[in-house]
Amino acid sequence: MAHPISARRSTTVSVFALLCALLCVLPCVLLCVTGCKGKTDEIVIGEFGSLTGGTATFGTSTHAGVLQALDEINARGGLLGKKVKVVTEDDQSKPEEAVSAVLKLIKQNNVVAVIGEVASSRSLAAAPQCQRNKIPMLSPASTNPKVTEAGDYIFRACFIDPFQGSTMAKFAVNSLKLKRFAILTDTKNDYSVGLAQYFRETAKKLGAEIVAEESYSEGDIEFKAQLTSIKTKSPEAVFVPGYYTECALIARQAKELGLTVPLLGGDGWDSPKTTEIGGAAVDGTYFTNHYSEQENRPEVKKFIDTYKQRNAGKVPDAMAVLGYDSMMMMADAITRAGSTEGPKIRDALAATKNFAAVSGTITIDAQRNAQKSIVVLKIDAGRFTFVESVAP
Amino acid sequence: MDQLLQQLINGLAWGAIYALIALGYTMVYGVLRLINFAHGDVYMVGAMMAYYLAHWLGFAVAPSTIGFVIVLTSSMLICGALGALIELVAYRPLRNRPRMSMLITAIGVSMLLEFGGQRVFGPDPKFFPQLIESRSLFKAGAVVLTNIDLLVICVSLFLMVVLRFIVLRTKIGLAVRAVSFSFETSSLMGINVNTVISVTFVIGSALAAAAGAMVGLRNPKIEPLMGVLPGVKAFVAAVLGGIGNFPGAVVGGLVMGVTETLVAAYFSSTYRDAVAFVILIVVLLVRPAGLFGKVTVEKV
Repeated sequence: MAHPISARRSTTVSVFALLCALLCVLPCVLLCVTGCKGKTDEIVIGEFGSLTGGTATFGTSTHAGVLQALDEINARGGLLGKKVKVVTEDDQSKPEEAVSAVLKLIKQNNVVAVIGEVASSRSLAAAPQCQRNKIPMLSPASTNPKVTEAGDYIFRACFIDPFQGSTMAKFAVNSLKLKRFAILTDTKNDYSVGLAQYFRETAKKLGAEIVAEESYSEGDIEFKAQLTSIKTKSPEAVFVPGYYTECALIARQAKELGLTVPLLGGDGWDSPKTTEIGGAAVDGTYFTNHYSEQENRPEVKKFIDTYKQRNAGKVPDAMAVLGYDSMMMMADAITRAGSTEGPKIRDALAATKNFAAVSGTITIDAQRNAQKSIVVLKIDAGRFTFVESVAP
Repeated sequence: MDQLLQQLINGLAWGAIYALIALGYTMVYGVLRLINFAHGDVYMVGAMMAYYLAHWLGFAVAPSTIGFVIVLTSSMLICGALGALIELVAYRPLRNRPRMSMLITAIGVSMLLEFGGQRVFGPDPKFFPQLIESRSLFKAGAVVLTNIDLLVICVSLFLMVVLRFIVLRTKIGLAVRAVSFSFETSSLMGINVNTVISVTFVIGSALAAAAGAMVGLRNPKIEPLMGVLPGVKAFVAAVLGGIGNFPGAVVGGLVMGVTETLVAAYFSSTYRDAVAFVILIVVLLVRPAGLFGKVTVEKV
């Protein structure tokens, strides 16, 4: 048992020692925090995407594409003489998580630019944060027009829904010679609602008839009520602009009900899961997409070969291609800007012209959208086969 | 007419799922006067167990009807055990506390299963293996009945008949009815109340697991939060039929399924969930104890 006084003294001593230690450590911590920000030997680019959740393949494919581009960039010696690093945040396929993911990238990781998201609803949620902080954001695959309207720092590496919706309508009326359509929209999804609108407008302009319009909500698993209603109107095709988990279930239940007309869709159908969930029921579906693995361009071949080597022989889907293209576009813009300051990268991105990407030649227009061609694919015995390509 | 008939088939198959879950709510309410909010999540665990069993036992690669029966019963057994465990760990220690404590614990258990499920099973939707190939059994005009819809309806009916037999014709069923009638008196009469309550949880959870496995087969996308909405809907179905009343739960479930289908078919899927609750409100205004419930007069 120590004497009370000596015990008190030893407490005072230890408190003092602790204070000293704190005083020594604090500057180091501060130095590190400021030091991280001003660290000059690497360029940090942020990526946020749905690595998990209902549209997990969108995020994981994009991420694989981004990493492939990153390794190529660093193998060439990085950008502006510095190594490039990508910090990735998962938003679990939820718009509210997308906001915190992008804020974390900007505030904590101090990224110079952001790549993301695939889903329009999530890009729309995150875009105001990037705009406010003057951090350029490049969405690989959000096709809803509203996304880039969030501000002059928001760009995309893909075409927009008016082009996608009208292309599918033209294809269905002119090439497939169909006249009666039904539309099944995901009412909670900006992307789906937008596509349905442009498809409807163009189809009507071309003299076709919309015989039924039904709706569902993302996350639903039961669509038989809507499909039965559609079936009684006997359309010649059903336009289902949604994401792959719901679309594949819809295809399956449509076949069960004896609704055997072709389904039409947008790039939300592009996922290996579509055929896994849908099985034989998705055969005969046509959908618009950003690229086809069967295109005969050397860029496509080279990309697919490298991708297969890196990802255990998996064939890349369009989201992987767009992830790669986005990273390459961003690298190109940073090189041309000669700086990592937000406004300079922004200006360089806006000036992108005839950039040779895997998914086609990209020119950024005044609305910060990519002008490039679209492909129509058909699902044939579980494979996505190339049907035609349409220039903007 | 054809369309209406088809919609009724769709609605009945969907409603049978609600009915199975609603039975669990009603049974537990009967013996404990507790709304077991974790019940919808037991349904999720049922679907998940069926998914993993189908893969472990190899039925995912070699599908067969026998395989589905084995997967279904094993999943029911596992979830029955889970139900008993939940009761033992979460509810039993609180049995003599204010009822509110148990209710809040039920919400806690529900969240534990939902978010624990996200951790254990992963948050991504899983594709449930097609243990039975879906095909149409008969076509009359535009009306199609698939083998899976028929299977869902038949298995649900079978389980309900078994339940009815247990409740009305066995000793333990008699005990369950006695405990439902009066908790204190039955314990005075030498009925082991703990056993009765455990059995109630086992049966209710097993029924929910059956519903989960059949939903996996019929709508092959399962994820850890899949039980939230069906759980609420089945609870509404149980209240609609008169909570504590077995036939009431079945009728309530079927009414919910058919109504939802008809609303989605003839109005809009946007109003589907709202209409379910509007019906509940209307029924409760007219018959406060539900369709089959008895109004009990509280004697002071």
